[in-house]
Amino acid sequence: MKKEINFVLNKKGVNITTDPLRRLLDILREDLGLKGVKEGCGEGECGSCAVIINNRIVNSCIVAVGTVEGAEIITIEGYRKTKQYKLLEDSFAEAGAVQCGFCTPGIIIAAETLLRINPEPNENAIRDAISGNLCRCTGYNMIVEGIKIASQKGKGLW
Amino acid sequence: MKQKISIPIKKSDVPEKAGGSAKYIADIEFEGMLYAKTLRSDRPRARINSIKIPELPEGYYIVDKNDIPGKNRVKMIIDDQPFFAEDVVNYIGEPILLVVGPDKEKVFEIVYKIKVYYEDIEPIFTIEEAEKEKKNPIYGDDNCFAEYEFKKGEPEKAFATLSYIVEDEYSTDYQEHIYLEPQGVVGIYENGKVTVYGAMQCPYYVKNALLQAFGWDENRIRVVQTTTGGAFGGKEEYPSLIAGHAAFAAVKTGKPVQLVFDRNEDIEVTTKRHPSSIKFKTALDENNRIIAMDVDIKIDAGANAGLSDVVLQRSMFSATGVYNIPNIRVRGKALATNKVPSGAFRGFGAPQVFFAIEMHMYHIADKVGMEPIDFKTKHILMRGDTTSTGGLLRSEVKLPEIIDTIDKMSQYREKYEKFKKKRDGLKGIGFSLFFHGCGFTGSGEKDLIKAKVKLKKKKNDKVEILVSNVDMGQGAQTALRKIVSYSLDKPIEHIIYENPDTDRVPDSGPTVASRTVMIVGGLLEKAARKLKERWNEAPELEIVERYKQPEYIRWDQKKFKGDAYPEYSWGANVVEVEIDPVTYEIKVLGIWGVYDVGVAIDEKMLRGQIEGGIIQGLGFATIEVMNIKDGKIQQDTITDYIIPTSKDFPKIEIKLIDNPYEYGPFGAKCAGELPFVGAAPALASAVQYALNVPIRKIPVTPELLLSYVNLINKPQNSKELRECLTTEHVPPLRDPEVSGTEIAELKETS
Ligand code: FES
Ligand code: FES
Repeated sequence: MKKEINFVLNKKGVNITTDPLRRLLDILREDLGLKGVKEGCGEGECGSCAVIINNRIVNSCIVAVGTVEGAEIITIEGYRKTKQYKLLEDSFAEAGAVQCGFCTPGIIIAAETLLRINPEPNENAIRDAISGNLCRCTGYNMIVEGIKIASQKGKGLW
Repeated sequence: MKQKISIPIKKSDVPEKAGGSAKYIADIEFEGMLYAKTLRSDRPRARINSIKIPELPEGYYIVDKNDIPGKNRVKMIIDDQPFFAEDVVNYIGEPILLVVGPDKEKVFEIVYKIKVYYEDIEPIFTIEEAEKEKKNPIYGDDNCFAEYEFKKGEPEKAFATLSYIVEDEYSTDYQEHIYLEPQGVVGIYENGKVTVYGAMQCPYYVKNALLQAFGWDENRIRVVQTTTGGAFGGKEEYPSLIAGHAAFAAVKTGKPVQLVFDRNEDIEVTTKRHPSSIKFKTALDENNRIIAMDVDIKIDAGANAGLSDVVLQRSMFSATGVYNIPNIRVRGKALATNKVPSGAFRGFGAPQVFFAIEMHMYHIADKVGMEPIDFKTKHILMRGDTTSTGGLLRSEVKLPEIIDTIDKMSQYREKYEKFKKKRDGLKGIGFSLFFHGCGFTGSGEKDLIKAKVKLKKKKNDKVEILVSNVDMGQGAQTALRKIVSYSLDKPIEHIIYENPDTDRVPDSGPTVASRTVMIVGGLLEKAARKLKERWNEAPELEIVERYKQPEYIRWDQKKFKGDAYPEYSWGANVVEVEIDPVTYEIKVLGIWGVYDVGVAIDEKMLRGQIEGGIIQGLGFATIEVMNIKDGKIQQDTITDYIIPTSKDFPKIEIKLIDNPYEYGPFGAKCAGELPFVGAAPALASAVQYALNVPIRKIPVTPELLLSYVNLINKPQNSKELRECLTTEHVPPLRDPEVSGTEIAELKETS
């Protein structure tokens, strides 16, 4: 049974008519072409499909699209236009935080949600914030460093 | 002295990957693309009597063994793996056919409606069963995909004359790659030509597999690697199978066909690290020096041969570790079982045996009353010594410096003493020494791979690297561009590398065995130096460079004699742990690593390889549990199969020891697999030290530890106790509550 659903995606209004039980991840990737949102597990375990919904980080593979009516959603495609993103990108490059990159958009989203509420996080806070994101390549330490560098260089940005 | 090339630069692919615009295979849409889903066996071993397929709606197709124009076998060392099962299935998950169509959900629905009628055959699940079962073997007449033996010196004589013998047995279990991007390919058929796009390590393996499956002319098959989200060996041989599937479907339907796995399917049906069982028998003289060692290795290959033969060889050539032992016998078998095929995984058979040899050395040290670090150091290989296969170590072996450096960094000896004297909770510290044989075994490069690279100078003075080696996250494109840029004296921005396309790149071999920098990078360095000399000859130039085996290499593949590898990288790890006295959970307090990989092509990227390798290795040693029961994987989701998160392990301290290799580019040797190898034995040694129970098995889970400790304290089941502690094997307990004599009594009563 199809339903009309409205939400704000990367600052633009979206209106779609679809089965409300479909996964938000599929709507984003298949219907709206936002391929920066990755599917690593489809079970809410890996964080590669992370997006920001109403200022909170959510794994879009376990969200039914019917539940985002009226919500404000930001994906990596929207976020990458910001100054904050650019700084995170540079810091990740500097720290060697990106290998295969499949986990990276999700981790950038996790870093943004952390820095928004805690612009100067200590190591533990960073490890907590990305603990819902799996990375099989880096072993995490270089990602933690990347986020640290961003927080140091980004004084006043968050 | 630090080399200039080692100074880190930023990886060029970061912006597209971080910003989400990099296109992995699942992100690419082709006009009119159809989706494929595989119907798989749900039986471990059975004859297929019949298959009932419901009526298909318009635009939906079945693709099966009858749609293969050439040979229904995936090209490998032994061609025993069918693309689609013929009359029998040999493991749960074996592909039988594909359903293909425009709507994913509908395709899934059709797959569920298909009914396969089986007649079960008695399955073979374990290495022991595989060795015993001769009546109805899965493969050949003895279930053995490969069996080898080699010797050095006169082991029989040594064992006959020496009386101090130590025996041990170790085992390791499955490990799943969990590259974050699941496997996927797209097949396209246009103008009589098949193109397969996908995540892969070895475009030419895939191309050769398709050539055999189609029996077509070379120029009708093209393979293009897409940005690959991690691989670790998991995308070495497996993509050949699914590339075939997508290609057959594309030819049958005339449309692009996407075959992308979801995580559960990926865990259930793709290759994993070989489970192993490794036995040692070691003879010492009166000075506590090892005179002879006998090693017996068995690996569980699963239902198809795959690469098990070469995995086994690497296990065997690594079996005696970094130690100089005059008399050696090594035997090995790769056995067929009715389980998902095992395959390539970072380290390729070496991690299993390095866990075993390092624990065995620790155990012997305990028995002769020496500290493990001293006992191991006393036996290390040095320049001028010969390896287990009799290859001469020509380069300096910097193990003494490595050992010294890691001891200083981690304060290993000090902590070892401290924990021995006073128990400060259940703390322990462990130490491992290891090597990795760089590149292909023996003369593989010369006889099998015959690598060829190309450099193309363009009109705009840019230079393109044309090789078949892929960047799967390890940074190959940056490393290779750096090598060319430094050799040519041109800025790195002028050096172009694009994902390999077999229509454009020569076959420079697979992206495996840590050969990409050392071998392919070495060829590119030579090509670049030639190009530099000829730079002004013409506005456009092409330089081709082919592999030539260094003069010094001697290898007899029949007898396993000589230089098993052209060169070795070396390393040491220390891991410090504390164990929760109630839950037996292992907390890692510190991790140290010292490595000689020749010269780093980029220190930061190398660090990335080391960090990632160690954490994967610690996962293998601790939390990554995978069992197969009645042929069915018990942990078949990422919720059940747990890999390390950001909170599981602490920071790692790393040092590099420069030791340039004459034949490597800028002195580089191999680096990608080495860091994985030493992590598990260091961790297991630390746990053994903390609890004083012998660790003979990984992963070391709290449940395993608890059962050991319970058994020692109050044995309930004499068989289990014997398995865990044979008379030979118990180191004296340091726990004051249970004395050595009590243990001896316990053993007598069992
Ligand atoms: S794909 Fe959503 S959490 Fe893994
Ligand atoms: S960089 Fe590969 S999974 Fe994180």
